[in-house]
Amino acid sequence: MQAHALEGGFTNAPIDAARAFRGLMTAMARPGTICDVSGATAPAPLSVAAGTAILTLCDPDTPIYLGAACDTQDVRDWITFQTGAPFAPADKAMFAVGGWDDLPLAKFAIGTAEYPDRSATLIVEMPELSSHGATLSGPGIKDTASLSLPDCAAFQANAMLFPLGLDFIFTCADRLAALPRTTRVR
Amino acid sequence: MSDYNFAYLDEQTKRMIRRAILKGLAIPGYQVPFASREMPMPYGWGTGGVQVSAAVLTPEDRFKVIDQGADDTTNAVSIRRFFEKTAGVAVTEATTEASVIQTRHRIPEAPLREDQILVYQVPIPEPLRFLEPSEVETRKMHSLEEYGLMHVKLYEDISQHGAIATAYAYPVKVEGRYVMDPSPIPKFDNPKLEMAGIQLFGAGREQRIYAVPPYTHVVSLDFDDYPFEPTKADHACDLCGATDSYLDELIMDDAGGRMFMCSDTDYCGTRCAAGHCGAQGTPLAEDAA
Amino acid sequence: MYVAVKGGERAIDHAHAWLAEERRGDRDVAELGVDQIREQMTLAVNRVMAEGSLYDPDLAALAIKQSRGDLIEAIFLIRAYRTTLPRFGGSNPVDTAAMACDRRVSATFKDAPGGQVLGPTFDYTHRLLDFKLAADGEVAEMPQTEPNAGETPHIMGFLDREDLIQSEPAGAEKPDDLTRSPLELPASRALRLQALTRGDEGFILGMAYSTQRGYARNHAFVAELRIGAVAVEMDIPELGFAIDIGEITLTECETVNQFTGSKTEPPQFTRGYGLVFGMAERKAISMALVDRALRWKELGEDNLGAPAQDEEFVLYHADNIQATGFLEHIKLPHYVDFQSELELIRKLRREAQAGSQAGEQAEGKGPSGGSLTGKMKEGVAS
Repeated sequence: MQAHALEGGFTNAPIDAARAFRGLMTAMARPGTICDVSGATAPAPLSVAAGTAILTLCDPDTPIYLGAACDTQDVRDWITFQTGAPFAPADKAMFAVGGWDDLPLAKFAIGTAEYPDRSATLIVEMPELSSHGATLSGPGIKDTASLSLPDCAAFQANAMLFPLGLDFIFTCADRLAALPRTTRVR
Repeated sequence: MSDYNFAYLDEQTKRMIRRAILKGLAIPGYQVPFASREMPMPYGWGTGGVQVSAAVLTPEDRFKVIDQGADDTTNAVSIRRFFEKTAGVAVTEATTEASVIQTRHRIPEAPLREDQILVYQVPIPEPLRFLEPSEVETRKMHSLEEYGLMHVKLYEDISQHGAIATAYAYPVKVEGRYVMDPSPIPKFDNPKLEMAGIQLFGAGREQRIYAVPPYTHVVSLDFDDYPFEPTKADHACDLCGATDSYLDELIMDDAGGRMFMCSDTDYCGTRCAAGHCGAQGTPLAEDAA
Repeated sequence: MYVAVKGGERAIDHAHAWLAEERRGDRDVAELGVDQIREQMTLAVNRVMAEGSLYDPDLAALAIKQSRGDLIEAIFLIRAYRTTLPRFGGSNPVDTAAMACDRRVSATFKDAPGGQVLGPTFDYTHRLLDFKLAADGEVAEMPQTEPNAGETPHIMGFLDREDLIQSEPAGAEKPDDLTRSPLELPASRALRLQALTRGDEGFILGMAYSTQRGYARNHAFVAELRIGAVAVEMDIPELGFAIDIGEITLTECETVNQFTGSKTEPPQFTRGYGLVFGMAERKAISMALVDRALRWKELGEDNLGAPAQDEEFVLYHADNIQATGFLEHIKLPHYVDFQSELELIRKLRREAQAGSQAGEQAEGKGPSGGSLTGKMKEGVAS
């Protein structure tokens, strides 16, 4: 294991994680809202926001899928040391991290009729993240919101699965936004 | 406070609760199972709400706790003290100043803003439980969206009493999908469930967390010819004169004399401080205590 | 003029102070030491450890002292403490065949290797108050003898060798942990046993008793009841082998129950199992009976609708900390809910009275016809 696996974690885990979770929760409760999160510095190519989300949500109980570009030894060592989360293929993963094109959407768990919560949460690394783009509506959104999404059809298809489906967190540098399965995308 | 981890719970427990909260927000009204922990207060006394608050609070928060709408009821005091001690958060009794509000049985009268979070303590999260005691069966009903049993119950109420005989914990349908128990709030509060703030529900003993994101459609179940009616005592508050707030009824003497006052103590106090006065209130100028 | 009732904070502080004074009792009587409770109230300590799911006699004794002898309150203190403890790992399964038995009896064989060892039992005491204890608790020296050398084999092993009892192969999978993941039904047997061993002794006893009286009777023989100390070992990955990290006292009960069989399967006895921290044989026997009753499905028996067969009923109601919390919460204020019921009942009575005065022309008050579900307004998002 490389020495830098030991670096870049939370300096004050309970407080850093509490603040980061508020950002994540706000993003998930208000699709389209972009929140600043920080606290963790993961090895490249992971963004600060993706690293922070992983430290806030993942542990030995949450298998993680790494998209091809993120699947480096440094990233693996860092996640293992910082969280103890095991790595898993897409169909067994509770979380996934990667670029949009590196995530095989059809393979992730979408939950079951009795347990729709047993579905994967995908952390999608984005080249940019802004409030311009697709129009969003649904729970958490007063009228409509806008967000730069990497695709439209995929999210429309995902929303059709409700109450099953995937939930997305988009990360870019130290900012993130989220798109739960309930959001209607135009 | 160095004896405890921030907000009492260990980090792994908080992560587990936080994951459940995110899934709850993504599936509004669906009850997410979570491995509730034993807390240093009894099950049934708000352990679900306390665990959710512990997972949500940050050091910057200002925390308010109400029970029956009041900040000074003993259990509200006890929970507020718990977080003052273990999380070092600032506390307040003013609804408008609070960023996180934990509640038992009421939604504050003042509309909540987008930057506020309301955490409910829930005793029995399953709205179908008193119609079907088996968890295996009710889970199946939710999965099939089979809510006929609830319809029949409400219909039988009307046949027997001429009205729906549910006064609190009145069931709602969230975003057109899940029937949800809004916790034992009076049905007067049901219309406020569509709000700007984030609503999180924690049931510790029953190991369930659920959520209603802001601006989510929340409809109280009813029939076209027996529409849902939010009701309250047909009085004004005797202290502040409010006619739009939910009232507590107090028995004043052996002859059964009654008075009515706002259950939301902050709402009432704020109105009194602004100069409003009810039939038995103390006019502002007379008394500063 | 009315002044609202305030003072929740002060009331709580004063209640705590009064509670502390009551706990101490008459100050002319010597204070009870935690070591005295640990040594002389051992069965209470054992129950608190078993239902608190934490093996620590000193802490259990402290909890009993703090709770003024209310064992459920003491169990609660232990549970709340337990959740704050970091978890370093899991031990290997304990080997009860290697138990140093203080007590070991079989009801199914007159004698067996290892013998019948009565041990410190109340069984054959005459339940007469011993007034000597009120004056002087000193006991005479007990005659000493050499402990049994070697392992005491399980009685079940003898039936197993003849294939007379259902085999119970060791599971390869690490069982779920009831305290770390939400209970999901149907539950595995491992989870059921976890719930039973930390369940309320009175509840488990009542459930077991109901099976004996005919509610899903399964005709249990106590093949073996053993109480004694076992070693707890833990694998240390850095060392590559297991080390002994301590010793705990356990009560284990194995029952032989009525046999099953069919035209294709020769008849075999079935089993129930109980394992509890400390000396707790009433609990261990009860647990074995309830375990056996809950196994009706895997053994192809009929569901007789008996409470002890109903997994959901037993598992959701066995925990006295959940039960006592929810039961006692009804003394908290509920005046908001009650007020809404008051309004409703007043309204219904007004309408009923108005209706009876208005005469008898109205018939069949209820929602007008048509499909019920069709008429139900749905909260569909646009």
